[in-house]
Amino acid sequence: MQESILDPRSEPDNNRLAGFLPRKLNKWHYTSGALALLVAVPLLVVFSGWLKPETEIWSHLADTILDQLVINTIKLVVGVGIGVVILGVSLAWLTARCEFPGRKWFDWLLMLPMAMPAYVLAFVAIGLLDFSGPVQTALRTWFGTSNIWFPEIRSTGGLITVMVIAFYPYVYMMARTAFITQGRSTLEAARMLGASSYGIFWRIALPMARPAIAAGTTLALMETLADFGTVATFNYDTFTTAIYKAWFGFFSLQAASQLASILLLLVFVSLMLEKSSRRKSKYHDSMRSGEPPRLHLSGWRGWTVSGLLALLFLIAFLAPFIQLCLWSFQVVTTDFDERYLGLLAHTLLLGALAAMVTVIAGMVLSFARRFQPDRTTLVTTSLATLGYALPGSVLAVGIMVAASGFDNGINNLFESIGLNMPGQIFGGSLLALVLAYVIRFMAVAFGPIETVLSRIRPSLPEAARSLGATSSQTLKAIYLPLLRPGLMTGLLLVMVDTMKEMPATLLMRPFGWDTLAVRIYEMTSEGEWERAALPAITLVFAGLIPVVLLIRRSQKRRK
Amino acid sequence: MEHLLEIEKIHCGFEGHDVVNDFDLSLAPGTMISLLGPSGCGKTTMLRAIAGFEPVTSGKILLDGRIVSSPKIRVSPERRRVGMVFQDYALFPHLNIAANIAFGLPRESTAEKKRITDRMLELVGMEGFGHRYPDELSGGQQQRVAVARALAPEPRLLLLDEPFSNLDTELRERLAIDVRDMLKEQNMAAIFVTHDQHEAFVMGDSTGVIHNGRILQFDTAFNLYHEPANRFVADFIGHGRFLQGEMLGPDKVQTRLGILHGNRAYPWDKGTKVDILLRPDDVLIDEDSPIRCFIQEKAFRGADTMYTVGMNDDSELLSLMPSRFDYKVGEEVGIEIDIDHLVLFRHQS
Repeated sequence: MQESILDPRSEPDNNRLAGFLPRKLNKWHYTSGALALLVAVPLLVVFSGWLKPETEIWSHLADTILDQLVINTIKLVVGVGIGVVILGVSLAWLTARCEFPGRKWFDWLLMLPMAMPAYVLAFVAIGLLDFSGPVQTALRTWFGTSNIWFPEIRSTGGLITVMVIAFYPYVYMMARTAFITQGRSTLEAARMLGASSYGIFWRIALPMARPAIAAGTTLALMETLADFGTVATFNYDTFTTAIYKAWFGFFSLQAASQLASILLLLVFVSLMLEKSSRRKSKYHDSMRSGEPPRLHLSGWRGWTVSGLLALLFLIAFLAPFIQLCLWSFQVVTTDFDERYLGLLAHTLLLGALAAMVTVIAGMVLSFARRFQPDRTTLVTTSLATLGYALPGSVLAVGIMVAASGFDNGINNLFESIGLNMPGQIFGGSLLALVLAYVIRFMAVAFGPIETVLSRIRPSLPEAARSLGATSSQTLKAIYLPLLRPGLMTGLLLVMVDTMKEMPATLLMRPFGWDTLAVRIYEMTSEGEWERAALPAITLVFAGLIPVVLLIRRSQKRRK
Repeated sequence: MEHLLEIEKIHCGFEGHDVVNDFDLSLAPGTMISLLGPSGCGKTTMLRAIAGFEPVTSGKILLDGRIVSSPKIRVSPERRRVGMVFQDYALFPHLNIAANIAFGLPRESTAEKKRITDRMLELVGMEGFGHRYPDELSGGQQQRVAVARALAPEPRLLLLDEPFSNLDTELRERLAIDVRDMLKEQNMAAIFVTHDQHEAFVMGDSTGVIHNGRILQFDTAFNLYHEPANRFVADFIGHGRFLQGEMLGPDKVQTRLGILHGNRAYPWDKGTKVDILLRPDDVLIDEDSPIRCFIQEKAFRGADTMYTVGMNDDSELLSLMPSRFDYKVGEEVGIEIDIDHLVLFRHQS
């Protein structure tokens, strides 16, 4: 077969949109463009809430709670931001560049809190540390008086502490990698030029790790802004809880979308801040000169550090984990029933469905970038992977508004040609929910696939072609087998993230599609901590799988 | 004679940046040629155009008399029956050696696949390696497998893109000879691309020197060295320096080192300024010669030593002497020009 191609020389150059649109669009432009549109439509829909006339609900919200929402959100973001930077960077420095008893264990133990969803940590903390919880009760019996001072867990400070503990691993992980890959020679050069080890941290290591720290902090703040379950457990009003109330309390999608658009602005502001903070600072470190030397903390100093880290691990993972096990054990005879199995089945099914669709979409995006590496696909693929920045509740609002518009259009069409109106088709359907997951977790699938794909040298598919394989045979015989590790990682990550996802699921689940996360929300909003424990421990175990894989991979890479 | 491959005036690359420029070439069945040039000269693009990976913007490529590439036609690579050996070998890491070699034989029966695979492994001297995986092999072994894999489907033409550049020098020379013998044994037509002239001369019956996307000279190794068609080829092949002179007659040139006679006539007028190519073996160091100069640099090479000698007008010449004559850097010596075959270019100012 002969493919005829157009001579690029013969075509005029003047009808291109400022160099953005290429002369000829092909399938990669269309598919990646369609995926970008999936992300763009809910975004635009959310902002278009402002185009309609102001509703009473909105003016009521604006008069009564809007100030408080903004102040609460800023307090939370600033507090969590400062906390995760201090905790994440110091832990990373200690495990990457110092030596103390048990250091090799803490390397990976400190990653485990990643497996615990923040909303699980939240209800365990409240259940444990509340006035009626076991800790305060034990203290009161111990001292024989009910008049002892104990910090109030249900406070802004308590909430910030819980979120810092839940989200520091992002900063820890990225800063640690940065510290480890700083070449030995850079640091030795600094030493030769007279810097002390204290000076090396402040003048060399920290500035060099800044882009990584900024990236990790941004991830933590994205999670903070998107969080619904934790703030709901603490009864702390933020945009996500207000969106939920506007939707389910006032049944006003428009007010919800107006709130969502403000939240989205906050997200974009923090993304811009990160962009501008790193601007030109792209530091290339080479491992060639070997891992940097470690500072040996000997004697009591080493043991103090191990003790503190052990305490942190106890608070962040071990104690909540044990408490969850105890509670689950209490209720297992009554709660481990058909309903639980149904919830589990729904959760797994939704996770698997979302993971498969998302991984296929992620594969299409990375192929588009590889086979059509022009500015158009760069823009479309970047837009399509922007979804990780969209809080689940914002996405839910955007998709539902778009869906109801779509359904109304269909209904009007049916009515106008004299047919029965089909009612809700897209809105409230499983498809809409899966779509929300796909948009939100596209970047999660895209990342590992893109990494593996970029390691497949172009000569491999070319060799296959020169040996007589067609392009689809090459896809099957070369690309798919070589991509398998990336596809598997993508599947696993998206599946676990979907299982843990709360706000979008809560807002969009079709009737009868409760998941484990929904159950946790229902039980914690009633204060029934024990009954939330069984679904929670299930999610923690699911969350441990990717974390353990991550740990094993980073250990293998260093060998 | 019927040509296997004909390339007519092709251009490749982007508008205004032709990587391949007005390229003409033809190849008879069973012949092997080398394309030699510095990196970035367009030789790899040329090869990829023949394989079908690179579109041509004008001109055409014919295989067995049928157009496979032109601005309007592009036969896809898998339909050209052209094999390729890649610089990085491009062995499929997820398939073992036998499966790699059998990759190009999807339509053969299992028994036939095994027969061909075994024969290929034997040809490249890798019997018994079929069940191994590429990452278990050394670079040289991977190279042999890459050749076997490309030969298995019996392509009509084999392209080799710098296949030895990732190997160390010693292995490289031996493997080049081995691969040439294998291809000759199969009577395979092949085009070999390299930036290493020794490899090019080993592999090719003749060699094309490429610069800026054009073939500057297509000839045997002997002629490229002794009869370079232009300055670039003279400079690129072997070592040498130019000496200025003025034509006295068709075969006589006046230089600062005396009058040089050659055995070939040039059509230029008397008094034309010319540059004479002097190879290191044309310049002999002779204590008694009246032409005096200084040793500027020396590079000991075992059997012989390469001297850079400087003259009092800052120009320099190269001289290759048996290493038992040992001169010191800075020493004043005399030189003598021993040349019977003058290679002249008009002087460019």
